[in-house]
Amino acid sequence: MEYPELQIQAGQSPAFEGDRAAETRAADGEDILVKIRGLHFAHGARVILDSVDIDIHRGEVTTIMGPSGTGKTTLLRLIGGQFLPDAGTVEVDGQNVPTLSRSDLYELRKRMGMMFQTGALFTDLSVFENVAFPLREHTGLPENVIRDLVLIKLQAVGLRGAKSLMPAELSGGMSRRVALARAIALDPMMIMYDEPFTGQDPITVGVIMQLIRRINQYMGLTSIIVSHDVAEVSAISDRIYLISEGKVMEQGSPAELQKSPSKWAQQFLQGKPDGPVPFHYPAMPFADELMASE
Amino acid sequence: MLGWLQNLGRSGIGFFENVGHAHMFLLQALRGIPYCLRNPYLLTAQIYSVGVLSMPIILISGLTVGMVLGLQMYNTLTDFGAEESLGPVVALSLVRELGPVLSALLFSGRAGSALTAEIGLMKATEQLAGMEMMAVDPMKRVIVPRLLAGIISLPLLVAIFSAVGIIGSYFIGVGLLGVDAGAFWSQMTAKVDFHDDIFNGFLKSLVFGVVATWIAVFEGYDSVPTTAGVSRATTRTVVHTAFAVLGLDFVLTALMFGEV
Repeated sequence: MEYPELQIQAGQSPAFEGDRAAETRAADGEDILVKIRGLHFAHGARVILDSVDIDIHRGEVTTIMGPSGTGKTTLLRLIGGQFLPDAGTVEVDGQNVPTLSRSDLYELRKRMGMMFQTGALFTDLSVFENVAFPLREHTGLPENVIRDLVLIKLQAVGLRGAKSLMPAELSGGMSRRVALARAIALDPMMIMYDEPFTGQDPITVGVIMQLIRRINQYMGLTSIIVSHDVAEVSAISDRIYLISEGKVMEQGSPAELQKSPSKWAQQFLQGKPDGPVPFHYPAMPFADELMASE
Repeated sequence: MLGWLQNLGRSGIGFFENVGHAHMFLLQALRGIPYCLRNPYLLTAQIYSVGVLSMPIILISGLTVGMVLGLQMYNTLTDFGAEESLGPVVALSLVRELGPVLSALLFSGRAGSALTAEIGLMKATEQLAGMEMMAVDPMKRVIVPRLLAGIISLPLLVAIFSAVGIIGSYFIGVGLLGVDAGAFWSQMTAKVDFHDDIFNGFLKSLVFGVVATWIAVFEGYDSVPTTAGVSRATTRTVVHTAFAVLGLDFVLTALMFGEV
């Protein structure tokens, strides 16, 4: 599926009036907001991430792609400080996340937003109350100001009319849009998206793609997307990292990756059933096994 | 032979690891008490959910247990010509033992399992992780109000259980079986001591409240975030609370009322 209205050229984002992301990049140059060096994380004996180096540039949409179970969501949890790495550094805006105290980590998290794959809305609160939650917890704003802010955030995602609904009454796509409104409630510096397109119909996918790109640009955010939906992320990303078996296999703009000489990258990006990742699970030759059974 | 021993050793180590983990969890929860007291609406909402909504089962169970106790005790006391002692016998049984123990078991089955399921499902649907990423400590916001609500609610529920049980036995003893009402109440007043019986019963209910709610919130927080994991955690809550309450009841009874 192609999305011509969102096509970007390699290494560039469309600049237009209100493009705060472009202003951010112009002000800070090629500033790196998230710097990961030598990151190593294992779960028991299984190595999830092995000496990974990643740079997330300020103001850009960066996507981490890879096969299922390769550690993409784990990477987001490490950036957010929910997991501690076995080795390496994860610097967010100059602060090494694994070494932060609990209070400093919580202060940093107020400047991060995260949209979970399931939405993670609080089921006992309405849409309005869900979006108002971080504002009530972290600001001393009066209720009338909070109300206006919540309405603004819901308007941005197109769900102002659904403010009284409960999460159980929302579709999957609507839940994610409310989660996005909640993630931007405190005007964070960055947002992380965990599989935002998984399981959604084409219209919802298109809506979420538009929202990610526009919110990133209008609010001057930095976005990190974890996904394996190649066409969708290629249309909205400034930079893509391909991860497999705990290592960064390829990185670059969507156009650069399309021309990558790596056969693994080409198999993954084009969805070929056979290649460096074989179709057949390792086994003895078929003819030999048939003969053996006689 | 060795395999059996290894499994036994592994189970023992796992049990003590779990107990240690639960104690660390409780220490973390205690740190969150000031936050809960600064946001009393969180606590009152949970007291309603855990305490008030447990009233129906406590009232009905208390009434029926009191009525059955009245019937059974009367049958035995008439053999000794001591049916006038029905009042203190029922009151002491309820206040010292049946009230705290049965209320704790009922509380665990109704409110404890609900707490475990609620917290486990919040974990499974990433609501707790979402709260963490919004820089809100789920221990302070979710766990501590529920823990305090259970500790506050159970002694009150025990008092209600005992009171309703005594009323139930009054209806049976005095109303149906002909025990003298004056003797029923006057002997109860004379034989039931506030410090030795009522206060000790309150202490038991407080201990059971801590244990039952602690187990419920810990099992929910520690559950595997899947449907099967939450289901197993809910079952563990009821079973482990039953073991803990009955075991502690023996220890507390021996210390309070025994010659130990």
